[in-house]
Amino acid sequence: MPTFTPSHKFNIHIAGENALIIYFSEQASSEASAQVQQVEQLIRHAMQDELSVDIIDLIPSYASLMVMFNMMTTDHHQVRQKLTTLLQSLANDSKIDKQIDETSIVELPVYYSKESGPDLTLIAKKNNLTVEQVIEIHQTQEYRVYAIGFAPGFAYLGEVDDSIAMPRLNTPRMKVPKGAVAIADRQTAVYPNASPGGWNIIGLCPTDMFDPAATPIMPVKVGDKVKFKGITKKEYLALGGKLPDDFGIIA
Amino acid sequence: MTLTKGFLIKQPGVLSLIQDAGRFGAFNIGLTNGGPVDLTAFQWANRLCGNNLNATAIEISVGGLSLIAQLDSTIAITGANMPLKINGQHKELWRSYHVKAGDVIELGIATQGVRSYLAVADGFIIEPSFASTATICRESIGGLNGEKLKTADVLPCASQTRSQNLVLAEKLRPEYSNEVLLHTVPSYQQHYFSPLQQRLFFSSEYTVDKSFDRMGYRLAGQKIVCDIKGILSEGICHGAVQIPADGQPIVLMNDRQTIGGYPKIGAVSSIDTAKLGQLSQGGKVRFEPITMEQAHNLFHLNLSRFNRSEPKTCD
Repeated sequence: MPTFTPSHKFNIHIAGENALIIYFSEQASSEASAQVQQVEQLIRHAMQDELSVDIIDLIPSYASLMVMFNMMTTDHHQVRQKLTTLLQSLANDSKIDKQIDETSIVELPVYYSKESGPDLTLIAKKNNLTVEQVIEIHQTQEYRVYAIGFAPGFAYLGEVDDSIAMPRLNTPRMKVPKGAVAIADRQTAVYPNASPGGWNIIGLCPTDMFDPAATPIMPVKVGDKVKFKGITKKEYLALGGKLPDDFGIIA
Repeated sequence: MTLTKGFLIKQPGVLSLIQDAGRFGAFNIGLTNGGPVDLTAFQWANRLCGNNLNATAIEISVGGLSLIAQLDSTIAITGANMPLKINGQHKELWRSYHVKAGDVIELGIATQGVRSYLAVADGFIIEPSFASTATICRESIGGLNGEKLKTADVLPCASQTRSQNLVLAEKLRPEYSNEVLLHTVPSYQQHYFSPLQQRLFFSSEYTVDKSFDRMGYRLAGQKIVCDIKGILSEGICHGAVQIPADGQPIVLMNDRQTIGGYPKIGAVSSIDTAKLGQLSQGGKVRFEPITMEQAHNLFHLNLSRFNRSEPKTCD
């Protein structure tokens, strides 16, 4: 994991009356994402004692971390000061690395096929590849969880190899099935639940990406690595996967 | 102990949702806050029932809710001006009532404002999800099975009545107007809007568009141009004002998406998002820039006013 050195710059901006946002970079990169993750965890540790009443919530994303604070107990000056102190301690203290949770590599099974991935042909055609090549390239990469949001459990994974990148559909589908593995530009994701969506579907994953009754609720967290592994239809069904009646009408 | 009695929904109305103060601490798995759009009105409903201010209540948007008490309770309704009838008799909002098993409570369509709050003594007893009972339909989380209230739903509560009913004096009640000034802290990508665009934004009148809900209020008016098209997706705070490509601002409310990539010019204070949330299509708003200190001041003055406004006992 890249360590946080004093040369790393950060900017603390105002977001709203009870929120500050720390920017680490204007570009997405695994370094910026690692910094977000480290700082998020450092604040979460501090929230167990000295920041417990002051910080309400954190939103990590690609290269920023939004910090929501409690207006009943603190103000933006105090929060800014505490954040700056924490960030500087991170830059100066190598022992802090030990507090950071381990990131894991999560393998997600995918049933790739024309039946389960209605947009495979389109991606292949656009990039002058065969469907089999698209499937193979998608599995080669190890992806980083950059952010979770949009919908509960929706993890933005990056970055997809340029050769299989694909812009969003012009008209989003009314209903993307649960478990759909999809590509938008150089991002990929597994839809945790059926929802409208404009990403290109290439397969189906039987793993629950968001289960409020499970521990953990999600198999991945920001900073984790994800690898996809192709499985057969039989394996997919045996793992509890379902085949949707249709993939939503594209108008 | 399983509670099976409480209030039976006879008619759910346009949109009635179980809400507590909101869900915090689950942004990192993509769950938004939810909670009452008009926090002050919500807290008043609870206070008039002698409750903890965060007790679970119903947020009624537009109106049309009717319910039947299955046990004796104390109830209070605050917020938007919805004609209230108990057993067919017209009643005033902003006060608590003792209801008996079998009583019918009916709310008409709001004549001023959009959202009202119905609280019962000790709150509705709903199983929390992620530490909150707030309903987010889009996430299928909170409330009863993550859904809005529907006919025949039963909202359990304790058979609890208060010895004294309370009323908030008329002069202490908020007034819901069709024009709202939105005090806004310039923030986020503000520097990507030229001084001219910022002047235009803070000097133009906007109209609430047909698309307004708990997620966001879309406004129509002077187009605002940003120097950049999009940004890396980042955390969105309550009240953030997004400027999409068409230049028409969207004020993001309680059920907003947690992260997003549109540029934002600032964020409206929570005191004023509550007022905005009482507007419907055609409502007029203006934005006024304020500092973080002024926002802090507004927040605490409102709180202080709330704490110092004493409801009176009544029969």
